Amino acid sequence: MSTAQATESLPTIHIRPANPDDGSAIIALDRLVTGSNKAEYWADFLQRFAGKNHKIQRHFLVAETEEQKLVGFIAGEIRAWEFGSPPCGWILALNVNPELRERGIGTQLFDALCAELKVAGVSTVRTMVRGDDKVNLSFFRGEGLAAGPYIELERRLK
Amino acid sequence: MKLQKASRYALYAVLHLASEPGRQFSTADIAAQYSVSTHHLAKVMRALVRCGLIESVRGVGGGYRFTGNVRRTTLWDVIAEFESLEANIEIPDNLEGEAEKIFIGLDIVNQELDTLIRATLDSITLQTLLRYGEDAAKK
Repeated sequence: MSTAQATESLPTIHIRPANPDDGSAIIALDRLVTGSNKAEYWADFLQRFAGKNHKIQRHFLVAETEEQKLVGFIAGEIRAWEFGSPPCGWILALNVNPELRERGIGTQLFDALCAELKVAGVSTVRTMVRGDDKVNLSFFRGEGLAAGPYIELERRLK
Repeated sequence: MKLQKASRYALYAVLHLASEPGRQFSTADIAAQYSVSTHHLAKVMRALVRCGLIESVRGVGGGYRFTGNVRRTTLWDVIAEFESLEANIEIPDNLEGEAEKIFIGLDIVNQELDTLIRATLDSITLQTLLRYGEDAAKK
């Protein structure tokens, strides 16, 4: 059985590496999606992942329209040997403008990041999402991610 | 987790309706397609209408129509009405001392399992569920 579902037309999107000048647009998009202002966090993130500090283990990509409006971003890095895990790509952030969701922008960003990670030598990609974050969980499920051999554990510090 | 019969019927119905969102199907159509009881399916269809996943269309050629979005509607959305993730461990009455502590511990474990099961079911959209089946069939 297949399902038919109307999908709005896909705008022409260009995926490119982020640069430090994208900072304000990234902060604004994150604030729009999460409702919190994390300017310092993203400034530090961009410094480590974008521009001249870009390394093959770290990737920060943005999606922009033909009018050069930033409408999404994704970031990931390669981590290795945490509790025995061989080198693996970690997706650390993903955001798409809510008004442009379900048009394939997240998939384009995800595919582009996976391509970079594959070139960098890893064969597995992993992420961690809140159990009640339905939008991101269902997106990653749709991209083929499933529960893996590691389990997230946490506790409050006393 | 053992899937209730009503959950299975709900998935048949919702996925069948979602396969042609603009078209209406009667309970009898769907029951015949999946070889299930029309009577039991009718109860499930009424529950799905109450949940807002499908709507009833009256008149000639009437039936039911899918009102959700296969890229957003999850497995949990469809079966939540029919499933209970309440802890399955029955704590006997009048427990005391060490026995009570053991059951309290087991109850905490069960709550953790419920949280994981709920999160998993609520992360799988109908589109993803169908793709799992199609991918497995190709192999």
